[in-house]
Amino acid sequence: MSIPLWRALLMPHRLAIAAVFAGLAFWCAVSLRWDWIPDYAPLAVEGLWRTLWLLGASVVLGFLLAVPIGLAQAVGPWFLAWPARIFCTVIRGTPLLLQIWFLYYGLGSLFPTIPWIRGSELWPYLRQAWPYALLALTLSFAGYEGEVMRGAFRNVARGQLEAARAFGMPRLTIFRRVWLPQAVRNVLPTLGGETVLQLKATPLVATITMVEIYAVSSRVRSDTFIVYEPLLLLALIYLGIAGVIVAIFGRIERQVPARGG
Amino acid sequence: MTELLDALGLTQSVALLSLQPPGWGANLLRGLANSLRIAAGAFAFGLAIGLAGACGKLYGGVILRDLLAVYTTVIRAVPELVLILILYYVGTDLLNQAAAALGYGRVELSGVAAGIWVLGIVQGAYATEVLRGAIQAVPPGQLEAARAFGMPPLTVLRRVTVPAMLGHAMPGLANLWLIATKDTALLAIVGFSELTLETQQAAASTRAYFTFFLAAGALYLLVTLLSGVVFARMERWARRGQPPVGGSA
Repeated sequence: MSIPLWRALLMPHRLAIAAVFAGLAFWCAVSLRWDWIPDYAPLAVEGLWRTLWLLGASVVLGFLLAVPIGLAQAVGPWFLAWPARIFCTVIRGTPLLLQIWFLYYGLGSLFPTIPWIRGSELWPYLRQAWPYALLALTLSFAGYEGEVMRGAFRNVARGQLEAARAFGMPRLTIFRRVWLPQAVRNVLPTLGGETVLQLKATPLVATITMVEIYAVSSRVRSDTFIVYEPLLLLALIYLGIAGVIVAIFGRIERQVPARGG
Repeated sequence: MTELLDALGLTQSVALLSLQPPGWGANLLRGLANSLRIAAGAFAFGLAIGLAGACGKLYGGVILRDLLAVYTTVIRAVPELVLILILYYVGTDLLNQAAAALGYGRVELSGVAAGIWVLGIVQGAYATEVLRGAIQAVPPGQLEAARAFGMPPLTVLRRVTVPAMLGHAMPGLANLWLIATKDTALLAIVGFSELTLETQQAAASTRAYFTFFLAAGALYLLVTLLSGVVFARMERWARRGQPPVGGSA
């Protein structure tokens, strides 16, 4: 990283590669069919918004769930550590698609047979797909992050916690002010990578009738029989979102105080 | 035995999962075999791409390195599902054009071949990064010694680099294998009858969703746990003769 970015990008061979890619993009723009875009633009914006809130909500909720799971595995008594470990193993050992279908079709076929659920206030929501999608993605993120947080909590230097205790901090304050911040800081790069992985998991919810951005592209394909154009644009959109996630986490990483000292 | 099953209320589930025709057990096992076949093929194909890619990234020219960087970045940022669809259509198109050029009619790509092709290219991007890191962890003195003895580059790769880096690469490769087995489930969406799709079909036609999804989950979990044991043993084998990790530097 000694040379500045713009100069690294201006090296002759990179300019040549960039020219080739620009030519390719130009060829795509001119000779492929893009006339369907105006028709589907409103639906695509709606789908994009649905993808983004599903990603954001499942990452936040999943992380909140991952903290107690990681803590239970790192320092909890056996009757908390074991269930947490089994939860992580099951989530990480089975495909997410299977989990989504299990929740949607399994629970979805069980709920209507239970009278008090049918009569409850929540029933209108439970008949839609998004609660199951959000639940499945949240549990999945919690399972993977629970494992990350287990290592993170263990790797906080013992001297830090002993020092906090020596100052007479109550246990909850130690957790809130010392233990959790340092654990999260150490795994920030991992969390950024896992958030990108979570983004790549979101199109799976299209299989349970949720119309997010991937489902929109599938609809274009089945309506118009145009195969490559919607898929290429979709790949470009996901690349863009992944780039934004990486940039956000990079900014957060730069803001937290550096390690050591 | 039957009284015990009756008492637990499992008689129906056992009947549904039995291997004989009224039960769907045989379908699930066939799906599992298909999943494992694709996972193994894609893993091997990905390893071949990964080894070539890692060598290209480490020893290749500037243009090759930049192109490989584009490959690994794009593949790792775009959802597997989207890549599978793109690669599937590109693969069948290319195959059909080649067949037409050779004077044959339309060819239908078999499910197994298509699965191995698309998942292998996805796996190759991750394998490139894993193997590149592992090769970099090999002490350079070993490679310099091999070169000093006049070994040709390919012999150095085969006799020194690969054996020496295998121990470092094993944990990453174990992870990749687990991703491969779980990614085969995505092929259910393009209609290939692997374990997840067989499960869904069995569950939909009997309405016994819990029984079948739990059974399939148990099968996937079994594969994961057994793979963990096998890879731990392989890592011990690959690290034989190397000093233990975490010792003095």
